[in-house]
Amino acid sequence: MSLSATDVKKIAHLARLGIEDKDVAHYAQDLSGMLDLVAQMNALNTENVSAMAHPLEQHQRLRADVVSEVNLREQFQAIAPQVEAGLYLVPKVIE
Amino acid sequence: MHTKTITELAKSLRAKEFSSVELTHAYLDRIKQYSELNSFITVTEEQALTAANAADKALSLGNAPLLTGIPIAQKDIFCTYGVKTSCGSKMLDNFIAPYNATVVEKFNQAGAVMLGKLNMDEFAMGSSNETSFYGAVQNPWDINTVAGGSSGGSAAAVAARLAVAVTGTDTGGSIRQPAALCGITGLKPTYGRVSRYGMIAYASSLDQGGPMARNAEDAALLLQAMAGFDPKDSTSVDAPVPDYQESLTNSLAGLKIGLPKQFFSADLNPEIAKTLQAAIAEYQRLGAEVKEISMPMLEYAIPAYYVIASAECSANLSRYDGVRFGYRCDNPQDLTDLYTRSRGEAFGAEVKRRILMGTYALSAGYYDAYYLKAQKVRKLISDDFKRAFSEVDVIMGPVSPSTAFGIGEKIADPIEMYLADIYTIAINLAGLPALSIPAGFVNAMPVGLQIIGNYFDEARLLNVAHQYQQETDWHKQTPKGFE
Amino acid sequence: MEWETVIGLEIHTQLATKSKIFSAAATAYGAEPNTQACAVDLGLPGVLPVLNEEAVNMAIKFGLGIEAEIAPVSVFARKNYFYPDLPKGYQISQMDLPIVGKGHVDIEVDGTTKRINVTRAHLEEDAGKSLHEDFHGLTGIDLNRAGTPLLEIVSEPDMRSPKEAIAYARSIHNLVKWLGISDGNMEEGSFRCDVNVSVRPKGQAEFGTRREIKNLNSFRFMQQAIDFEVDWQIEQIESGRQIQQATVLFNPNTGETRAMRSKEEANDYRYFPDPDLLPVLIDEALKAKIKADLPELPTAKKQRFINQYQLDNDAATILTSSRFLADYYENVVTESGCEAKLSANWIVGDLLGALNKAGLEISQSPIEASRLAGLLKRIADNTISGKIAKQIFDTLWESAQTADEVIDAQGLRQITDTGAIAAIIDEIIAANQKQVEQYRGGNEKVFGFFVGQVMKAMQGKANPAEVNKLLKDKLQ
Repeated sequence: MSLSATDVKKIAHLARLGIEDKDVAHYAQDLSGMLDLVAQMNALNTENVSAMAHPLEQHQRLRADVVSEVNLREQFQAIAPQVEAGLYLVPKVIE
Repeated sequence: MHTKTITELAKSLRAKEFSSVELTHAYLDRIKQYSELNSFITVTEEQALTAANAADKALSLGNAPLLTGIPIAQKDIFCTYGVKTSCGSKMLDNFIAPYNATVVEKFNQAGAVMLGKLNMDEFAMGSSNETSFYGAVQNPWDINTVAGGSSGGSAAAVAARLAVAVTGTDTGGSIRQPAALCGITGLKPTYGRVSRYGMIAYASSLDQGGPMARNAEDAALLLQAMAGFDPKDSTSVDAPVPDYQESLTNSLAGLKIGLPKQFFSADLNPEIAKTLQAAIAEYQRLGAEVKEISMPMLEYAIPAYYVIASAECSANLSRYDGVRFGYRCDNPQDLTDLYTRSRGEAFGAEVKRRILMGTYALSAGYYDAYYLKAQKVRKLISDDFKRAFSEVDVIMGPVSPSTAFGIGEKIADPIEMYLADIYTIAINLAGLPALSIPAGFVNAMPVGLQIIGNYFDEARLLNVAHQYQQETDWHKQTPKGFE
Repeated sequence: MEWETVIGLEIHTQLATKSKIFSAAATAYGAEPNTQACAVDLGLPGVLPVLNEEAVNMAIKFGLGIEAEIAPVSVFARKNYFYPDLPKGYQISQMDLPIVGKGHVDIEVDGTTKRINVTRAHLEEDAGKSLHEDFHGLTGIDLNRAGTPLLEIVSEPDMRSPKEAIAYARSIHNLVKWLGISDGNMEEGSFRCDVNVSVRPKGQAEFGTRREIKNLNSFRFMQQAIDFEVDWQIEQIESGRQIQQATVLFNPNTGETRAMRSKEEANDYRYFPDPDLLPVLIDEALKAKIKADLPELPTAKKQRFINQYQLDNDAATILTSSRFLADYYENVVTESGCEAKLSANWIVGDLLGALNKAGLEISQSPIEASRLAGLLKRIADNTISGKIAKQIFDTLWESAQTADEVIDAQGLRQITDTGAIAAIIDEIIAANQKQVEQYRGGNEKVFGFFVGQVMKAMQGKANPAEVNKLLKDKLQ
């Protein structure tokens, strides 16, 4: 399976990943290689096999509905790129 | 001081042969002296000395926990309050963690002194530490070769005696492979044994933190401090933690060792094969029985892994968007520009490859063919292990198909690099515990023996490793120039 | 051509838990920006979600409330997309195995009952808020809401008119409040509706292409938005254009809908099971326990009101339109001594009328059930007339007095003493001979005049039945 430059650009956009034009072909080649590797799985018949999402057959533990977090806005926003009036700022969102 | 193991150091500290402050100074000096290795991203000198001071006070009062005053270091994937936690990435080069990972918290409670944060492949994606934003780590056994990855800084630091023991994380071999390449002991516990809270996620269903140390005894002490249920991690297992020291001395008579024939095929370097056979023969002398087993699904581990790990990482790394923390590009023109440039400029090539791969594998129309298929293959691999463990107590094999390779030698060919994870990856898919111990040298470079155990059988793995280390001295070798 | 409207709803209702669905931060509304967003809500590196038990219980409650299947195993999935109010770059939601499966609610429109099928209801986390006020041309992000538990309730496209859609939305709104799983506050965004609208020629089997109106937070807007959308779609088709599937926003100022710019590109959410969360198991014991604690549901209660209290359908419908109102009604009935119909009339007519005028909810009523019951008791035992009662009602509304206190203080006790009434009647007959002759001459309308005069003379306190009876006798 091989991916084209257009495919790579499409995927990169989905992942919001800036890739320079000069690198696109390289990524296309690498990803095609990865897909060839992955294609080895097709040799296996998995028709009646259940999908395994977790290594251990455990189920979700539930947390009591208790508020224990305190306001740490100052600490959290000290590491933020841009804040004002307690808000994180981003370029204008157009709906 | 730097030649002692944890057990020895704990004795010396209590005997007042030297203080934790002196010990910490000694290690800090070595870290400075060998900074060329590039094993540390951040050295937390001030905090370390403060902690050492507190440790000395606690020691003088008596009753201090065993790790009190012991200088360790954390892989830079564990969040450390008030200290840069970069995960080896430009993305988090400016990230001062506002909280501690559970593992870090546990070491603090145990009284350990943190010397600093260790170099690693970017977001733990890599097998050579060459994907780190901070550069490759040199292998102390030959500074022109890689230290392995992703916990390359961790392995090199222990091998060069820059910390007595350290933490690592293992998603596809990231503790065991660098441990093998640097000639130290590294244990990847059962998935869920050690909390993942505050351990920056690469592939959530595979990631597991564990100890890397000079020998199994020290690794057992570290694991004792790290392991345990954490209510903050839904995948953490609520099961009692055994006393890992207690079982170290158990006899190996009657131990059933499985040797998968797929592990010893023609692909394995014959010199390494010979080294491992010698180690296995040593086990037979210790009373173990050896049995050849077959695990036909192992060969599908790499393809399944690169789908599952990539898919999970593609989502796990979406939070790095330049909005709340981390790298933000200059003058974003609009929202899309903010995202694509921040992520494009701050992620390295290997991270990008895996995000792209994962995004593709999950995208509309491909989910069943890739992700679902990989999860089914994962089940088959896990069943292979279940079958094997109904016949044997532990499985042994290689960790890496070769000894440490040259820095820059494989980085241009990512696929070849992936294929080198052939012996370690299946264990993560199954969620089993496994460790790597030094088993000899090929061309003066360390070779690791991998020992895989059944779920939650860490105590047995440490016992099996420890008994071998009573009979051999591979683990006591120190690279030249670092004595 | 005659057109048929097809409507399906996706309702997001915030669950009334104290803490968030995956973190221990508070969910309270209206806090200073980002003061209730903890490390987990912010999606800091390394943090992990742990599921809130109460959110699960509330979802089960809802499922039982619509007679739905509760999944024995349900799974959380990541829905991947980039948006600044979505900190992790994915929303933890459910895809393949939602917690609540197929269920239904019955709605009533123009006297006909119709069953609306619910496809599923699943748990997910809410996103934060983008504030578009001007920060030097930038947008501000408040993540307090991020991680608030949501139950997304998805209906089948079973509705055929805006009226049905609103009846369904109201019914779900009533139910979630009834069950105590949501405050249902639409202004604060606790209950938001996405409406899928399409049109097709009447009689055609296939559905038309739908457009989804996002985030409607009032029933009035829902009506306006659907009306506009339906007209717009018909106009498009009739003028030869095709409807493109789209997500649209409703502008309350213009009453129009328009396609969203940010959702232009086709979304590929790349759902996959969240590896940080394990499958949620719900056993029969938990279901049984929650079921046992379930209150009587609106439909059952309405039927019981009709049977037990002989209420008509309209009154029973109104009185079960909220759990508070239904409880209020039953308290009044009990405390007033089983004056079921009288209670219904007073609540539906006088009380709700007054509340509506004052813009108050039943829960904010200045007259508590016990005081209203006290008033009705005095009507029932003839202490006061209905007319006097209305006067007292106004006093009860404005003060904390009981009906008895008002009656005593203002001397409003009804006069049932026939002797006293007869004496007044005699005086009035004597003083109005002309009207007596008219009445006796066959003009029965004049009777009302006499009643009025008697009541006036007795300051309205005479028992109307007695007055009527005595007047009739004496005028013959």
